[in-house]
Amino acid sequence: MRKLIYLGPLLFFIITAVYFALPILKGKDPRILPSAMIEKNIPDLNLPPLLETKQGIDKQALMGEIQLVNFFSSWCGPCRTEHDFLMRINKSEIIPIYGINYKDKQNAAKAWLLDLGDPYERIGRDIDGRTAIDWGVYGVPETYLIDKHGRIQYRHVGPLSESIFKEKISPVIKALRKQTNG
Amino acid sequence: MVENRLFMLILAIIVSIPLNASAVEPSEILQNPQLELRARNLSQNIRCLVCQNQSIDDSNASLARDLRKIVREQLVSGASDSEIYEFLIARYGDFILLRPPVKATTYILWYGPLFIFFAGLSLSVLFLIRRKRVLPEEPLSPKEQEELSSLISGKEEG
Repeated sequence: MRKLIYLGPLLFFIITAVYFALPILKGKDPRILPSAMIEKNIPDLNLPPLLETKQGIDKQALMGEIQLVNFFSSWCGPCRTEHDFLMRINKSEIIPIYGINYKDKQNAAKAWLLDLGDPYERIGRDIDGRTAIDWGVYGVPETYLIDKHGRIQYRHVGPLSESIFKEKISPVIKALRKQTNG
Repeated sequence: MVENRLFMLILAIIVSIPLNASAVEPSEILQNPQLELRARNLSQNIRCLVCQNQSIDDSNASLARDLRKIVREQLVSGASDSEIYEFLIARYGDFILLRPPVKATTYILWYGPLFIFFAGLSLSVLFLIRRKRVLPEEPLSPKEQEELSSLISGKEEG
Protein backbone atom coordinates (compact mmCIF):
# COMPACT_ATOMS: atom_id res chain seq x y z
CA MET A 1 0.00 0.00 0.00
CA ARG A 2 2.75 2.40 0.98
CA LYS A 3 4.36 1.99 -2.40
CA LEU A 4 1.33 3.58 -4.01
CA ILE A 5 2.69 6.92 -2.89
CA TYR A 6 5.35 6.61 -5.59
CA LEU A 7 2.60 6.69 -8.19
CA GLY A 8 1.87 10.28 -7.15
CA PRO A 9 4.31 11.98 -9.51
CA LEU A 10 3.21 9.74 -12.36
CA LEU A 11 -0.41 10.62 -11.69
CA PHE A 12 0.49 14.29 -11.53
CA PHE A 13 2.29 13.99 -14.85
CA ILE A 14 -0.64 12.23 -16.51
CA ILE A 15 -3.14 14.84 -15.33
CA THR A 16 -0.94 17.71 -16.54
CA ALA A 17 -0.23 15.98 -19.84
CA VAL A 18 -3.93 15.41 -20.51
CA TYR A 19 -4.68 19.01 -19.55
CA PHE A 20 -2.20 20.32 -22.09
CA ALA A 21 -2.84 17.71 -24.75
CA LEU A 22 -6.61 18.17 -24.95
CA PRO A 23 -6.62 21.62 -26.60
CA ILE A 24 -3.95 20.47 -29.04
CA LEU A 25 -5.87 17.34 -30.00
CA LYS A 26 -9.07 19.33 -30.34
CA GLY A 27 -7.28 21.61 -32.77
CA LYS A 28 -7.92 24.73 -30.70
CA ASP A 29 -5.95 27.70 -31.97
CA PRO A 30 -4.42 29.36 -28.92
CA ARG A 31 -3.99 32.60 -30.84
CA ILE A 32 -7.73 33.11 -30.94
CA LEU A 33 -8.68 34.95 -27.81
CA PRO A 34 -11.88 34.72 -25.88
CA SER A 35 -13.65 38.02 -26.18
CA ALA A 36 -13.88 40.18 -23.11
CA MET A 37 -16.92 41.79 -24.70
CA ILE A 38 -19.36 38.87 -24.70
CA GLU A 39 -22.64 39.74 -22.97
CA LYS A 40 -21.55 43.36 -22.81
CA ASN A 41 -23.33 46.25 -24.45
CA ILE A 42 -21.86 47.52 -27.66
CA PRO A 43 -19.62 50.51 -27.07
CA ASP A 44 -20.60 54.00 -28.13
CA LEU A 45 -19.76 54.73 -31.70
CA ASN A 46 -20.48 57.26 -34.34
CA LEU A 47 -18.92 56.51 -37.68
CA PRO A 48 -19.17 58.53 -40.88
CA PRO A 49 -20.58 56.78 -43.94
CA LEU A 50 -18.33 55.16 -46.51
CA LEU A 51 -20.77 55.59 -49.38
CA GLU A 52 -22.93 58.55 -50.29
CA THR A 53 -25.87 56.20 -50.75
CA LYS A 54 -25.74 54.53 -47.35
CA GLN A 55 -25.78 55.95 -43.86
CA GLY A 56 -22.91 55.65 -41.43
CA ILE A 57 -23.25 53.77 -38.17
CA ASP A 58 -24.09 55.01 -34.71
CA LYS A 59 -25.07 53.03 -31.64
CA GLN A 60 -28.76 53.50 -32.31
CA ALA A 61 -28.44 51.89 -35.73
CA LEU A 62 -27.14 48.70 -34.18
CA MET A 63 -29.97 48.32 -31.67
CA GLY A 64 -33.36 46.73 -32.11
CA GLU A 65 -32.68 43.60 -34.09
CA ILE A 66 -30.35 40.64 -34.18
CA GLN A 67 -27.53 41.42 -36.56
CA LEU A 68 -23.93 40.92 -37.52
CA VAL A 69 -21.28 43.59 -37.34
CA ASN A 70 -18.36 42.88 -39.62
CA PHE A 71 -15.02 44.67 -39.42
CA PHE A 72 -13.35 44.62 -42.81
CA SER A 73 -10.72 46.32 -44.88
CA SER A 74 -9.86 46.37 -48.53
CA TRP A 75 -6.20 45.73 -47.66
CA CYS A 76 -7.00 42.58 -45.73
CA GLY A 77 -6.60 39.28 -47.54
CA PRO A 78 -8.86 37.11 -45.39
CA CYS A 79 -11.62 39.71 -45.82
CA ARG A 80 -11.64 38.89 -49.49
CA THR A 81 -11.97 35.22 -48.60
CA GLU A 82 -15.11 35.77 -46.54
CA HIS A 83 -16.68 38.38 -48.77
CA ASP A 84 -18.39 35.90 -51.04
CA PHE A 85 -20.06 34.28 -48.05
CA LEU A 86 -21.18 37.67 -46.72
CA MET A 87 -22.78 38.31 -50.10
CA ARG A 88 -24.66 35.03 -49.80
CA ILE A 89 -25.91 35.88 -46.30
CA ASN A 90 -27.13 39.19 -47.65
CA LYS A 91 -28.88 37.52 -50.56
CA SER A 92 -30.59 34.91 -48.41
CA GLU A 93 -31.61 37.58 -45.89
CA ILE A 94 -30.75 35.36 -42.93
CA ILE A 95 -29.45 38.26 -40.90
CA PRO A 96 -28.55 41.88 -41.67
CA ILE A 97 -24.85 42.72 -41.76
CA TYR A 98 -23.43 46.07 -40.74
CA GLY A 99 -19.97 46.85 -42.03
CA ILE A 100 -17.24 48.74 -40.24
CA ASN A 101 -14.49 49.68 -42.61
CA TYR A 102 -11.32 49.48 -40.54
CA LYS A 103 -8.42 51.86 -41.22
CA ASP A 104 -8.98 51.97 -44.92
CA LYS A 105 -8.70 54.49 -47.71
CA GLN A 106 -12.15 55.59 -48.77
CA ASN A 107 -11.47 55.11 -52.46
CA ALA A 108 -9.92 51.70 -51.99
CA ALA A 109 -12.88 50.55 -49.92
CA LYS A 110 -15.37 51.88 -52.44
CA ALA A 111 -13.57 50.18 -55.30
CA TRP A 112 -13.53 46.93 -53.33
CA LEU A 113 -17.30 47.03 -52.83
CA LEU A 114 -17.86 47.92 -56.47
CA ASP A 115 -15.69 45.01 -57.48
CA LEU A 116 -16.93 42.34 -55.07
CA GLY A 117 -20.41 43.58 -54.22
CA ASP A 118 -21.81 45.25 -51.14
CA PRO A 119 -23.40 42.93 -48.56
CA TYR A 120 -23.90 45.60 -45.89
CA GLU A 121 -26.98 47.40 -44.61
CA ARG A 122 -24.89 50.32 -43.57
CA ILE A 123 -21.18 50.99 -43.58
CA GLY A 124 -19.27 53.20 -41.17
CA ARG A 125 -15.67 54.26 -41.53
CA ASP A 126 -13.40 53.59 -38.58
CA ILE A 127 -10.63 55.80 -39.87
CA ASP A 128 -8.22 55.73 -36.93
CA GLY A 129 -9.18 52.27 -35.67
CA ARG A 130 -10.41 53.55 -32.30
CA THR A 131 -13.86 52.03 -32.64
CA ALA A 132 -12.26 48.67 -33.36
CA ILE A 133 -10.20 48.95 -30.19
CA ASP A 134 -13.38 49.75 -28.22
CA TRP A 135 -14.82 46.49 -29.53
CA GLY A 136 -11.70 44.51 -28.69
CA VAL A 137 -10.80 43.90 -32.32
CA TYR A 138 -7.22 42.81 -32.85
CA GLY A 139 -7.20 41.94 -36.50
CA VAL A 140 -9.64 42.16 -39.38
CA PRO A 141 -11.83 40.43 -40.30
CA GLU A 142 -13.81 40.05 -37.12
CA THR A 143 -17.54 39.51 -36.89
CA TYR A 144 -19.81 40.17 -33.93
CA LEU A 145 -23.31 38.89 -33.36
CA ILE A 146 -25.50 41.40 -31.57
CA ASP A 147 -28.88 40.81 -30.00
CA LYS A 148 -31.76 43.24 -30.25
CA HIS A 149 -30.79 44.93 -26.97
CA GLY A 150 -27.41 45.81 -28.42
CA ARG A 151 -25.47 43.21 -26.44
CA ILE A 152 -22.62 41.29 -28.02
CA GLN A 153 -23.51 37.60 -28.07
CA TYR A 154 -20.80 36.04 -30.18
CA ARG A 155 -17.57 37.03 -31.78
CA HIS A 156 -15.68 35.34 -34.56
CA VAL A 157 -12.07 36.18 -35.33
CA GLY A 158 -10.94 35.54 -38.89
CA PRO A 159 -12.85 34.98 -42.10
CA LEU A 160 -16.40 33.70 -41.88
CA SER A 161 -17.37 30.65 -43.84
CA GLU A 162 -20.51 28.66 -44.29
CA SER A 163 -19.34 25.88 -41.96
CA ILE A 164 -18.34 28.31 -39.21
CA PHE A 165 -21.60 30.15 -39.61
CA LYS A 166 -23.64 26.95 -39.40
CA GLU A 167 -21.71 25.53 -36.48
CA LYS A 168 -21.12 28.57 -34.33
CA ILE A 169 -23.31 31.48 -35.26
CA SER A 170 -26.56 29.94 -36.49
CA PRO A 171 -27.32 28.16 -33.19
CA VAL A 172 -26.87 31.42 -31.27
CA ILE A 173 -29.13 33.27 -33.71
CA LYS A 174 -31.77 30.57 -33.36
CA ALA A 175 -31.58 30.67 -29.57
CA LEU A 176 -31.89 34.47 -29.60
CA ARG A 177 -34.88 34.38 -31.95
CA LYS A 178 -36.53 31.78 -29.73
CA GLN A 179 -36.11 34.03 -26.71
CA THR A 180 -37.64 36.88 -28.61
CA ASN A 181 -40.68 34.90 -29.66
CA GLY A 182 -41.19 33.11 -26.36
CA MET B 1 49.08 40.55 -29.24
CA VAL B 2 47.80 41.65 -25.85
CA GLU B 3 46.26 44.72 -27.36
CA ASN B 4 44.56 42.61 -29.97
CA ARG B 5 43.02 40.42 -27.29
CA LEU B 6 41.88 43.41 -25.30
CA PHE B 7 40.26 44.80 -28.41
CA MET B 8 38.45 41.51 -29.05
CA LEU B 9 37.28 41.39 -25.43
CA ILE B 10 35.89 44.89 -25.58
CA LEU B 11 34.25 44.12 -28.89
CA ALA B 12 32.67 40.97 -27.45
CA ILE B 13 31.29 42.91 -24.51
CA ILE B 14 29.88 45.64 -26.71
CA VAL B 15 28.30 43.15 -29.08
CA SER B 16 26.69 41.21 -26.26
CA ILE B 17 24.96 44.26 -24.78
CA PRO B 18 21.36 43.94 -25.93
CA LEU B 19 20.36 47.03 -27.75
CA ASN B 20 17.22 48.55 -26.36
CA ALA B 21 15.13 47.75 -29.38
CA SER B 22 11.80 49.44 -29.00
CA ALA B 23 9.26 50.06 -31.68
CA VAL B 24 8.34 53.49 -30.33
CA GLU B 25 8.62 55.99 -33.14
CA PRO B 26 10.10 59.44 -32.54
CA SER B 27 6.79 61.10 -33.35
CA GLU B 28 5.07 59.14 -30.61
CA ILE B 29 7.40 60.19 -27.80
CA LEU B 30 5.88 62.54 -25.27
CA GLN B 31 7.42 65.88 -24.42
CA ASN B 32 7.23 65.21 -20.71
CA PRO B 33 10.02 62.72 -19.91
CA GLN B 34 8.29 61.47 -16.76
CA LEU B 35 5.10 60.64 -18.63
CA GLU B 36 7.12 59.08 -21.42
CA LEU B 37 8.87 56.86 -18.89
CA ARG B 38 5.52 55.78 -17.45
CA ALA B 39 4.26 55.15 -20.98
CA ARG B 40 7.27 52.95 -21.71
CA ASN B 41 6.85 51.00 -18.49
CA LEU B 42 3.15 50.47 -19.14
CA SER B 43 3.73 49.50 -22.76
CA GLN B 44 6.24 46.86 -21.74
CA ASN B 45 3.52 45.06 -19.80
CA ILE B 46 0.87 45.33 -22.50
CA ARG B 47 0.65 42.48 -24.94
CA CYS B 48 0.48 43.13 -28.62
CA LEU B 49 -2.51 41.01 -29.59
CA VAL B 50 -1.31 40.63 -33.13
CA CYS B 51 2.09 39.17 -32.28
CA GLN B 52 0.95 37.90 -28.88
CA ASN B 53 4.33 37.27 -27.30
CA GLN B 54 5.64 40.77 -27.85
CA SER B 55 4.74 43.80 -25.85
CA ILE B 56 3.30 46.79 -27.64
CA ASP B 57 6.58 48.51 -26.80
CA ASP B 58 8.44 45.98 -28.96
CA SER B 59 5.95 45.46 -31.71
CA ASN B 60 5.61 47.51 -34.85
CA ALA B 61 2.18 46.09 -35.67
CA SER B 62 -0.32 48.80 -36.45
CA LEU B 63 -2.57 47.78 -33.55
CA ALA B 64 0.42 48.06 -31.20
CA ARG B 65 1.09 51.57 -32.45
CA ASP B 66 -2.55 52.52 -31.91
CA LEU B 67 -2.46 51.12 -28.38
CA ARG B 68 0.78 52.98 -27.62
CA LYS B 69 -0.90 56.17 -28.77
CA ILE B 70 -3.91 55.49 -26.57
CA VAL B 71 -1.69 54.82 -23.56
CA ARG B 72 0.11 58.11 -24.12
CA GLU B 73 -3.07 60.09 -24.73
CA GLN B 74 -4.57 58.80 -21.53
CA LEU B 75 -1.40 59.56 -19.58
CA VAL B 76 -1.42 63.10 -20.87
CA SER B 77 -5.04 63.49 -19.85
CA GLY B 78 -4.07 62.46 -16.35
CA ALA B 79 -5.10 58.80 -16.16
CA SER B 80 -3.46 56.57 -13.57
CA ASP B 81 -1.64 53.38 -14.55
CA SER B 82 -4.43 51.19 -13.22
CA GLU B 83 -7.05 53.19 -15.10
CA ILE B 84 -5.19 52.54 -18.33
CA TYR B 85 -4.91 48.84 -17.56
CA GLU B 86 -8.62 48.72 -16.77
CA PHE B 87 -9.45 50.44 -20.04
CA LEU B 88 -7.54 47.79 -21.96
CA ILE B 89 -8.76 44.82 -19.91
CA ALA B 90 -12.38 45.88 -20.47
CA ARG B 91 -11.78 45.55 -24.20
CA TYR B 92 -9.31 42.73 -24.55
CA GLY B 93 -9.46 40.79 -21.28
CA ASP B 94 -6.65 39.93 -18.88
CA PHE B 95 -4.70 38.38 -21.75
CA ILE B 96 -3.57 41.85 -22.77
CA LEU B 97 -1.39 42.00 -19.67
CA LEU B 98 1.90 40.20 -20.06
CA ARG B 99 1.96 39.79 -16.29
CA PRO B 100 -1.27 38.04 -15.37
CA PRO B 101 -3.15 39.53 -12.42
CA VAL B 102 -3.30 37.57 -9.16
CA LYS B 103 -6.89 36.41 -8.74
CA ALA B 104 -8.85 33.25 -8.01
CA THR B 105 -8.45 31.85 -11.52
CA THR B 106 -4.70 32.46 -11.56
CA TYR B 107 -3.81 31.21 -8.08
CA ILE B 108 -2.51 27.94 -9.52
CA LEU B 109 -0.37 29.88 -11.96
CA TRP B 110 1.10 32.15 -9.32
CA TYR B 111 1.29 29.87 -6.29
CA GLY B 112 1.44 26.44 -7.99
CA PRO B 113 5.24 26.41 -8.38
CA LEU B 114 5.68 27.64 -4.81
CA PHE B 115 3.34 24.91 -3.60
CA ILE B 116 5.20 22.24 -5.54
CA PHE B 117 8.51 23.53 -4.22
CA PHE B 118 7.41 23.35 -0.59
CA ALA B 119 5.70 20.02 -1.10
CA GLY B 120 8.93 18.65 -2.55
CA LEU B 121 10.99 20.26 0.20
CA SER B 122 8.86 18.83 3.00
CA LEU B 123 8.82 15.39 1.41
CA SER B 124 12.62 15.47 1.11
CA VAL B 125 13.02 16.61 4.71
CA LEU B 126 10.64 13.89 5.86
CA PHE B 127 12.60 11.34 3.88
CA LEU B 128 15.92 12.49 5.32
CA ILE B 129 14.62 12.49 8.91
CA ARG B 130 13.28 8.98 8.49
CA ARG B 131 16.57 7.80 7.09
CA LYS B 132 18.44 9.14 10.11
CA ARG B 133 16.32 7.02 12.36
CA VAL B 134 17.89 3.80 11.00
CA LEU B 135 19.75 2.35 13.99
CA PRO B 136 23.53 2.74 14.06
CA GLU B 137 25.38 -0.47 13.40
CA GLU B 138 26.11 -2.34 16.57
CA PRO B 139 29.46 -4.04 16.94
CA LEU B 140 29.34 -7.78 16.52
CA SER B 141 28.73 -9.81 19.64
CA PRO B 142 31.55 -12.17 20.65
CA LYS B 143 29.55 -15.08 19.37
CA GLU B 144 29.03 -13.49 15.98
CA GLN B 145 32.70 -12.60 15.84
CA GLU B 146 33.58 -16.20 16.44
CA GLU B 147 31.23 -17.37 13.70
CA LEU B 148 32.63 -14.87 11.29
CA SER B 149 36.22 -15.84 11.89
CA SER B 150 35.35 -19.48 11.57
CA LEU B 151 33.66 -18.75 8.25
CA ILE B 152 36.63 -16.79 7.00
CA SER B 153 39.15 -19.42 8.08
CA GLY B 154 36.92 -22.13 6.63
CA LYS B 155 36.98 -20.32 3.32
CA GLU B 156 40.74 -20.07 3.39
CA GLU B 157 41.01 -23.74 3.99
CA GLY B 158 38.66 -24.60 1.20
